[in-house]
Amino acid sequence: MKATIHITLKNGVLDPQGKAIENALGSLGFGGVDDVRQGKLIEVSLDESDADKARATLTDMCEKLLANTVIENYDIHLSEA
Amino acid sequence: MQAAVIVFPGSNCDRDVAVCLEAATGQAPIMAWHGDANLPKCDLIVLPGGFSYGDYLRCGSMAANSPIMREVVAQAHKGAAVLGICNGFQVLTECGLLPGVLMQNKGLNFVCRNTQLNVTNNKTAFTSLYSAGEEITIPVAHNEGNYFADDDTLKQLQDEDRIALTYAKGDNPNGACLDIAGISDASGRIVGMMPHPERRAEMTLGGEDGKRMFTGIVEVLS
Repeated sequence: MKATIHITLKNGVLDPQGKAIENALGSLGFGGVDDVRQGKLIEVSLDESDADKARATLTDMCEKLLANTVIENYDIHLSEA
Repeated sequence: MQAAVIVFPGSNCDRDVAVCLEAATGQAPIMAWHGDANLPKCDLIVLPGGFSYGDYLRCGSMAANSPIMREVVAQAHKGAAVLGICNGFQVLTECGLLPGVLMQNKGLNFVCRNTQLNVTNNKTAFTSLYSAGEEITIPVAHNEGNYFADDDTLKQLQDEDRIALTYAKGDNPNGACLDIAGISDASGRIVGMMPHPERRAEMTLGGEDGKRMFTGIVEVLS
C-alpha cells in the first residue's frame, strides 16, 4: 500500500514560516489570505496489503519518529499501490 | 571520573566541549560515535552542538533514534549526568529525557551572538558554582532555539524549579516560552541549554562565564 502522511502544526502553535508566507502573498497582491500554515508531507510505500495493519504501523511510525506530538498533528491517507 | 562526548555526523562543537572537559577533569573524554551500540559506563555525558544528521526531519530527531542514544538514555536512567548543548538540547527533548521542543526562532533568522542569561536555578548538577540569579554572558548560535511546551508542562517546570537558565529581560533571541534558555529534569542531573558554555570558557574566547558549567559538574561528581 501507499501512504501519504500530512504533518501539521497544532492549533495555537506559532508558525513563523506560515506567517512569512502569508505576508509574501499579501505583498504579491493576493488579498483576503489568512491563516497560512506550513506543514510536511511524507510518502511511504509499505509491503502490507491489510489497511488496518498498515494504519497501525504508520501510526506507530508517526508517534516514534515522523511527528513530534508536542507540537504536531499527523493525518494518514492510505491508497492501493 | 569518566566523561564522554557523543559525536553525531554533523556535530561541530564536540572538540570544543572535549577541551573544556579535559580542562575540568584532567583527562580526555571518550569521544563516542553515533553508530556505537556500546558506551563504557560514564559519570558524565555531553551531547554537543551542531547539525546532527543535517537537521533532517526535525532538529535532533534522527540523532535521538541513533544506536548510541539507547545507551545514553539507559545510563541517564541509572544516574549519569547528561548535558545537552544547543543541538544536544534538541536531541534530549526528542528522545524524551527532557520535556518540550525547540522550534524555529520566532524571527526566522539564525541568531549568533552573546546573550545575557540569568541563572534561575543554581541547584542543578551543572549550575552549582553560579550564584542564584547571577547574570552571565554566554553566546547562542541557532536557528531552532524557541523553547515551546504546553501550559501544563511549563507550569510543572516552574513548580518543580526546573528552569535552570533564562534569557535576561529583553534579551530573548528566539521567542522561547518564559524566556527559557535551559531546563533540567526533576533530579537536576540532566540539563539542556541552547547557549554554548564551551564558547566562553577561557579568556581567549572573550570570557569565562561558561567554564563553571564544566568545573561545577566535575565538583559535584567528585
